[in-house]
Order: sequence, then structure tokens, then C-alpha cells
Amino acid sequence: MTQFEEKDFSEKLDFGIWKRLLAHGRGLKPVFVALGISMGLLACLETLGPLLTKYSIDHFVAQGTVAGLPWFALLYFGITVVQAISTYFFLYNAGRVEAGMCYSIRREGFERLQQLPFSYYDRTPVGWIMARMTSDSQRLAEVIAWGLVDVFWGAASLLTASVAMFILNWRLALVTMAVVPALAYASLFFQRRMLESQREIRKTNSRITGAFNEGIMGARTTKTLLREHKNSEEFQELTDTMYKSSVRAAVFSSLYIPLVSVLASCGSALVLVVGGDGVISGVLLMGTLYAFISYASRFFDPIRHLSRIFAELQAAQAAAERVMGLLGEKPEIVDAPGVREAFSAQYGADPSGWPGMDGRIEFRDVTFAYGEGEKVLEHFDLVVPSGQSVALVGETGAGKSTIVNLACRFYEPTSGSILIDGRDYREYPMHWLYSRLGYVLQSPHLFSGTVEENIRYAKPTATREEVEAAAKLVSAHEFILRLEKGYDTEVGEGGDRLSTGEKQLVSFARAVLSDPCLFVLDEATSSVDTETEQAIQHAILQLLSGRTSFVVAHRLSTIRNADRILVISDGRIIEDGTHRELMSRRGHYHALYVSQFIDESVGV
Amino acid sequence: MKRLTVRTTVRRLAGFLEGTAAPYVGSVLFTLLSAALSMIMPLVFRFVVDTVIDGGSPALPPLLQSFYAGLGSRDFFVANLWLCGVAIVVVNSISGGVDFFKGKWMAIVSEHSARTIRMKLYRHLGALPYSYHAKAETGDLVQRCTSDVDTVRKFLALQLLEIVRCLALVLFSAGLMFLLDPGMALVSVAVTPVVFVTSLLYFRKERTAFQAYDEQEGRLSTLLQENLTGVRVVKAFARQDDEMARFEEGNSSLRELGIKLMKIVGAFWMYSDFLCLVQMGAVVVFGTYRVVEAGMSLGTLLAFIAYVDMLLYPLRGLARTLADAGKMQISLSRIEEVLTEPEEPSDEELLEPEIRGGVTFEHVGFRYEEGKDVLEDVSFTVQKGQTVAILGPTGSGKSTLVHLLQRLYEPTSGRILLDGVDLKSIRRAHVRRNVGLVLQEAFLFSRSLKENIRLPRPDAEDATVHEAARTAAVHDDILAFDQGYETVVGERGVTLSGGQRQRVAMARSIIRECPVVVFDDSLSAVDTETDSKIRAELGARRHQSTTFIISHRVSTLAEADLILVLEHGRIAQSGTHAELVARPGLYRRVWEIQSALGTEADGEGGEGA
Repeated sequence: MTQFEEKDFSEKLDFGIWKRLLAHGRGLKPVFVALGISMGLLACLETLGPLLTKYSIDHFVAQGTVAGLPWFALLYFGITVVQAISTYFFLYNAGRVEAGMCYSIRREGFERLQQLPFSYYDRTPVGWIMARMTSDSQRLAEVIAWGLVDVFWGAASLLTASVAMFILNWRLALVTMAVVPALAYASLFFQRRMLESQREIRKTNSRITGAFNEGIMGARTTKTLLREHKNSEEFQELTDTMYKSSVRAAVFSSLYIPLVSVLASCGSALVLVVGGDGVISGVLLMGTLYAFISYASRFFDPIRHLSRIFAELQAAQAAAERVMGLLGEKPEIVDAPGVREAFSAQYGADPSGWPGMDGRIEFRDVTFAYGEGEKVLEHFDLVVPSGQSVALVGETGAGKSTIVNLACRFYEPTSGSILIDGRDYREYPMHWLYSRLGYVLQSPHLFSGTVEENIRYAKPTATREEVEAAAKLVSAHEFILRLEKGYDTEVGEGGDRLSTGEKQLVSFARAVLSDPCLFVLDEATSSVDTETEQAIQHAILQLLSGRTSFVVAHRLSTIRNADRILVISDGRIIEDGTHRELMSRRGHYHALYVSQFIDESVGV
Repeated sequence: MKRLTVRTTVRRLAGFLEGTAAPYVGSVLFTLLSAALSMIMPLVFRFVVDTVIDGGSPALPPLLQSFYAGLGSRDFFVANLWLCGVAIVVVNSISGGVDFFKGKWMAIVSEHSARTIRMKLYRHLGALPYSYHAKAETGDLVQRCTSDVDTVRKFLALQLLEIVRCLALVLFSAGLMFLLDPGMALVSVAVTPVVFVTSLLYFRKERTAFQAYDEQEGRLSTLLQENLTGVRVVKAFARQDDEMARFEEGNSSLRELGIKLMKIVGAFWMYSDFLCLVQMGAVVVFGTYRVVEAGMSLGTLLAFIAYVDMLLYPLRGLARTLADAGKMQISLSRIEEVLTEPEEPSDEELLEPEIRGGVTFEHVGFRYEEGKDVLEDVSFTVQKGQTVAILGPTGSGKSTLVHLLQRLYEPTSGRILLDGVDLKSIRRAHVRRNVGLVLQEAFLFSRSLKENIRLPRPDAEDATVHEAARTAAVHDDILAFDQGYETVVGERGVTLSGGQRQRVAMARSIIRECPVVVFDDSLSAVDTETDSKIRAELGARRHQSTTFIISHRVSTLAEADLILVLEHGRIAQSGTHAELVARPGLYRRVWEIQSALGTEADGEGGEGA
């Protein structure tokens, strides 16, 4: 029931965040250098083009000779070849930067995601993370690679052209560049506003996508409620908004190109008039005038690209901040420094040689709150001897799941400590505990793959016989054999091809196979058909016997099968004992049991 | 998927463009005009170089020639060279104005047609039968309605005009070159067909190369999605390292594919840049030779350089656009596929009788496909106000049976009577208005809880909404939210638990006050205590509505006036609780299992009671 809140992000361009993001591409340094070199070379060669033509005009045409023209042709061809090759390297290196950045961001993100605690997943929707890891990282890699290219390329072509012009004739160079400030200003002005209106359109667009999504997912509900017409009316409003804002934005950007190209043509006109006079009066070579005219028209593109990339960086900044936010998440639960080393020194570095777990669990004065929130547990004490199965009952929100999650070290106590076999569990490496833990969730999660692969997930080295034995133990074997390809049946994404009950049985088999020392079950409330229900009850019995186990229980049979029952209310244990003991006490448990009993059986 | 022919493509696009003929023709004309205007600048330069500077006589058409002579020939222009500068700015301003209107009109055309397509799709999706949506893949459909529409929109907005523009530029500049100097022109266009053909071939091929990349990207995000949704399992089995290795494999192979792709892209641009530069070099070198040896003017050479530039780059662009048109065709055929799905047939001529709640099934049979009967020979009768409970294993046809009641599907044999009237002769809308169905998978719309509950009756008063929520035992839950009934649910708001969702859906159905109400296992995620509370509340209303309930809970079933036990699509047993418990069969088995828990505890429980 938590509402996920998206942080608001600044609108101002912050170069710091881009620098930090770039730092994640450390290994790409040689590629960046290669990219820089190939682009610099390319910019120089492009600037050379008009100079070659100028030479041809001033040398051959002006002097009326073709002597040496073949050599000139050869030189031109040579430069052509070099330029084409550097085009290749430029694109190749830019591609390497893009792919490499994307790869690094995703790798680091994924690594971080594997370390983040349950609490992170409790408050962050999977869709949000997916967006950061897929489209956002792709977009950032693109902006970084091609943005850098644009910035560098724009700067390099402006620079080389300016240098060439100043060398040829600095006065005319100044005249040519007179329009540059106006060009730059106009470009920046328009690009900013165009991006803003595009953002507006994107918002409307995502509402349209949302409307389609809802329209399709809720189509059956819509039909049963007879809402088709009304929905269409509402959708019409949305598409009208989209039409209006899109046309407005398009009209605005239709102004930009003409305006800037008129400005740029002013530059060309100036060069033609001033330079033309110069040629007539004999102070300027004809070829030089040509070179200037050709450079003048070239200023337009780099400036347009430069202003666009600034605007794009600004637009992509939110994505950058979100991705950096993900990469910067702190894994709250980690091995304290030295713990793993100490353990390895004592028992050897190979985890398979580490000692087993007896399974005595003790909560000692544990207080716990989720983040800054209210305390869920306060000064909580509990001792569970090795091998005992404990059923936790009580109302939703009483703290049952919290106790279980603390015992598994999916959360750690805010204060106090939890001891396993007499030792604070923070003194064990996390791997030691997790590899001795069996955990079955309320809604079982399977991975796409075969039934066998899913069971084997708990123990990759298990043989087929072990897998089958585990399935038999929890009465899953029969239904698996009835599937199309038995153990080799694909379960589909998220196990979708199996029913809820079947998924539960597979997840039980998975838990059995790992043969955990500590077993935790968060029992499902959703109903499955009665016969599957029986198989599940049988499986639970198998799993509980002889292991320390915690069950957040909803079913009477599960509760009764536990060695010990804890009735939890407001983070406290209000009753503690066996079924028989608690029944005779006639307290909360008794009341709960009777009402549950009436519900589960028939109230005759 | 069927690929559309060019004819149907054009016809479809024309259909979407309906109502935009004027701006459409205008933008095409202005595109041509703009291309023509861009031909002028090199001619102005040529005039300045050849006539004003070099003193050659200009080869002007008669009208301009007399204008030129009238002004004072070359001397006037030498003294007033600024006029040429002004001419350039004026031409550019005019062409800027032309471009502006072209852009504006095209935006109107493309956005208008995008809106038309979106509305068509949305309306059509609403009109498609229930069976379509039961099978539909949401992600794929949404993609068709959004990115495919966008591809078509972009084609209309950009590519269509781009084709016109490129063609015009190519034709105009090539034509002018041939007018200026046919021999020189031949050299200037020599390589261009090669550039065009190789570009076209390349861009066609590029698509397949991108496909491999896209597929790998899809695989990587599936992998990620699975890892994230199953992250608790990953952690619980300490499998992070393996997951990391799996991701690394996918991630690095995506990187390699990306680099490989860029190599292909780079190779093409290298080759095509080489061709273009060779063409340019040929013009410069051969042109220089022509100027020196054959008396061609320098201004003409410079004009040729400018025109070759205007020819080569649009040509590559044209190839790209033509290749992209294939993408549009694919998108269009994906949209077409949705639009050609048959809608629910119109039934305006059918009856709208008053419905009071008597339901009769007469030998009803149903199958989704030949040979696989889902329901067979189902017959029973329910009086107005009675409750029917349905029990049966998964796949026994329970849901199908109640879906038939809302005419979401039609029986393949037999008939269903509503107060003695055959359901087939009653308008669908009328049936659905009178038969309320609460689905097992309740879908809430992303708006406030209040709006969700009064969805079927938008004018319902707050008190009515609260009353319905109270009956569905969700009123207190709603008040517990910060914003109460105004709390927004769904993607952009609060996430409800499964049970809460079901109860809101229940309230939404209660508010309709239909004479027939159907609950398709719609309280499965609600705990037993709340379930019985709701049933008690509903019981108070039962004299009004005929109720169908699908459930696994014997306590729910036992209260019904009639219990139907479905097995393999047939009614295996029917009767009241007392009757069914007395007979062997599924019902008694289920009852025994569910009460077996009790027998042992009976002594203890009984003492307390």
C-alpha cells in the first residue's frame, strides 16, 4: 500500500552529474581518445575541401594552365581515401563508446540490484527499475556518445574553419563571423523552447499510452460494465489535446529552421558583397572568396548541433539523475568488514567446507522500524530451539512478516540483536546464512525454463534423481508427470503456464531440494482447489518436520501442525504455546481458532 | 503477418488522410517551390563571379536580360554589389516563409491523421468481442496502438514530404546542370546512380542487422524482468553470483552486437562518403580542366560544385527514406490487423424487455473451438431472487457458464432464457445493463476510488458510493487511506491488495443494482471472515437480485438455494446443501475435506462454543 514517490529533479543543466556518469566508463578511455583523434582528423580534412578548390581556382584557373592537374587530382583522391577511412573509424569508435557506456551502466546497475536489500524492493516498483535499466541507460549511452560527438565535432569544425579563414584573410573572417553570435543565440533560444514543448507532448503521449494500456487491460471489465462509449469520449479529449499541442509545437519548430537559415544567408551575403568588392579591386583572390563563401554556409550546422546537444543534455538530465540514484543506492545489509575473512581463516575459503547450522534462533531485545517509520517491534524477545516449527498467527499488520524477515536477515534489527546458534548473525557471512535458508513465498515465483530447472534452482549440482525425489516428497511428482513433457515442460515467463497451486508445489520442491537448516513459509491466502490444497498441506508437513521453521500461517491445519504457536498483536507476543495449551487457555487463540474453524468448515 | 500490397497501403493511408486535402496539397506544392528556390543561390554567385567580377556577359533569359541592361549592365552591379547580397537574403527569406507554411500544414495533416488512427483503434478495441480480449496480448496491442501509429505518423509527417523534396532537388539540380553545360553535367552525375543503388541496398539490409540487436535487447530485458520480480527467490537461494554471470553474458553479447552493427554502419558510410567525395573531386578536377581548356566559366564551375552537393546528399536521404517506407508498411499492416478484426455485430433491432431475474438454461452447450466442448447439455432454472452457487475443478466450465449470462459469448447449442425471453433476442447492451458480472481478476482504472466505484453510474451520489463500499466491506479500508475516496489507484497511485481490489470491484457491481448478479470467484483473495461479512450484507439485499456465485468455500456454497457441481462441462450434481451432502460425489468430498480439520478439534472447539 505504499505510494512510490518520484523525486523531483532540477531543470538546470548540471555538468557534475554528467562527469560522474562519465566516470562509469573508465575502461573506455582508449576508445574516447581514438574517437577524439578520428574526429579531429575528419574535421581537418573536411576543412581542407574548400581550400583544395581554392587552390584549383587560384592556381590552374587564374593562371590558365593545366600543368600539374593530374598531381592535383591524385592528391584530391588521396585525401578522399583518408577522409573515408576516418569516417569509418569515427563511427566505429562512437559505436564502441555507446555500446560500452550502456554495458557498463547496466552491469553496475545489475550488480547493485543483486546486493540491495528487500526493503529497497518493498518501496521501489519493478517497472521503475526496469525503465532505469533499459530505456534510460540506453538513452544516456546515446546522449553521451553522440552528444560528445556533436560537441566535439561542432567545436572542431568551427575551430578549423575559423583558423583557415583567419589565416586566409582575417578581416574577411571577422565579417563572416559577424552573424555567429546571433545564430548561436537564436539557436539556443529555439532549441530550449522546442524541447519544452516536446516534453509537453511526451507527457500527453504517455497518457495516451496509459489510456490504451488501460483500455486493453480493462477491456473485459469495460465490457461487463458497459463503459465502451464513455471511455471513447474520454479518449477523444486526450487525442484532441495531443493534436493541439503537437501542432503548436510543430508550428514553433517550423519557425526555427527558416529563421536561422535566413540569418545564415545574411552571413553569406556579407561575404559575397565585401569579398566580391575585394576581388574586383584586386586585393582578394577569387579562390579565397570561394573558400569564404563555402565556410560561411558551414557555420550553421555545427551551431545548430551544439545548441541542440545542450538542450538534449538538459532533457536527459532527469534520466541521468535517476540512473545515478540507482547506482548510488547503498546496500544496507552487507557483511561487516572482516567478517568473511575471519570466517574463511577459521573454516577455509570454500563455502562448502563451512560448518552447518543447528538452528537455534534467538531474538534479544530487538526493536525494528521500516526506515524512519513507526516501530513495528519493540524490545522483542524470543528463543526458538533447534528443530522447532513455529506458527505465527495474528491480524494483518501485526508484525508476523517482519519477525520472519528479521530472522532471515532480509532486514536487520534497528537495535538489539538476533543470534543463531548463540552467535550474533552479523558475525556470520551472509552467504553462510542464505545458503542454509529455505524460503517459500506467499506468491511463488518461478523463472522461465523447465520444471526441472526451476526445482534445481535451489541446488544447481542436483541430479535428476534428487530433483524427482524432492518433487515426490512434496507430492508434486504426480502432477508434473501429467504435464505435456513432464519435468522438461517449459513453465513460461513467471511460471504462467502452471496454476497457482502447481506453482506452489514446485516452489516447495525447490525448497526441499536445498535441504535448508532454517525454513520459512509465508502461507498463501488465495484459494486453490481442494485436492491441490491437500497436496500442499502434505508438502508443508514434510518441510516443517525436523527443521527450525517459521510459518506465517493462515490455514488451521498448518497452524495445528506446528510445534509452537505464537499469537502476535501489535508487535508483541500475546500468547505462546502448543495448540492444546492455547486452546485450553481460552484466550485470543481460542477465539481466533473457533471463528476460523467455522469459516473453513461448514457452519451447520 | 500478411504484407500489404502497395495498393492497399496507399488506400489505407489515404483513408487516414481524409479531411486534410487542402493543407496536404499545399504542403506538397510548397515543398516543390522551396526546392526550386534553393536553386537560385548558386546562380547568383555565378552571376557575381562571371559577370560582376570577371566582366563576362551574363546568359540571362530575355526578361532578366532587359532588366539587367536597364539597370546599367555590369557597371551598375560593380558599384552596387550589395544588391546581390540583398537578393540572396530576399530569396532565403521567401523560401523561409515557404518552409514555414509547408511545416505548419504538414503538422496539421500528420497530427490530424494520427488522431484519426488512434480514435479508430480505440473505438474498435472497445467494440471487439470479449473473446478477442480474453486472448489478447496487452503489450503487443499497446505497441500497435502507440509506436506503430507513431511510425505511420512520422512517415506521413516527414518521410512522404522528404521523398518529394529529395526527388525535386535531384531533378532540379540535375536539370539545371544539363542546361548549363551538358558535357560537364554528365561527369557530375556519373557516380550518383551507384550512390543511390548502394544506399538503397544498404538501408534495406541494415534493418535485418538491427533486428538481431533488437532481439538480444529483448532477451536482456526479459532476463532482467525475471530477476527483478524473483529477486526474493534469488536472494533466498543465494544465487546472486549465477544471476550476475547470466546477466553479464547477455549484456556483453548485446555490447558486441552493438559494436558489430556500428561496424556495418561505419563501412557503409565510409564507402558512400568515398563515392561522394570522388564525385566531388571529379567535378573539381574535370571542371578546372574545362575552364582552362574549353572556355567554361569559373562561375559555372562553382555552380556545379554547389549543385552536385544538392544532388548527392538528397540522393542518400532518398534511399534511406524509401527503405524506411518498408518499416511504415509493417506498422501499417499491424494496425490493419487490429482494425480488420470483426466487431460484435450490431443488434439495435433486438428487444429491450423488462428483466426481473428469472434465469433458465435449456440444454446449453458451448465450445471455443471444434471438438472441444467446454459446456455440454447444461439445464437448470432459477427463480427471481434465488442464489445459485457453482462448484467445480479448474477448467470445468464455471467461468464460461456465467460469461454466457452477459452475452459475452453465445451458446453453441441450446438456449438461455431471461424471464422467459431468449437471451439471443435481447440487445447486448441491455443484457449487460441488467446482469452484473464481477470478474475474478478485478481491474481497477487509474482514477480515484470513488470514480472507480461509480464507474457504471457516473451520477451516483457520495452516499450511494459509500453504501456500496460498506456492503462490500471496503469502506473502512478506503477511509484508512490519506485521501479516502479521492485516493487514486493504479499505476500512478496507491497499490491495493488483491482482496481490496476484489472488494472495490464488488462495490462497483453493487452500485448497479442489477436484477441478476454474478460473482466469478470474485472474493477468492478476501479472507474468510470478511467474506462472510460481505455475504451477510448481501443476504439482506438478496430478495432483490438473482445471484450466481462461483466459489471453493463450502461455507459460501452451503447457503445457496441451488448448488451446481460442474465436472468436464456437465452438471454432475445439483441440489441444496442438505441434498448434496447426503449423496456421494464431488460436493460431499469437498465438504468432508474442508470439515475434516474440524472433526479432530471438535471436542476442544465444542467445549468453548
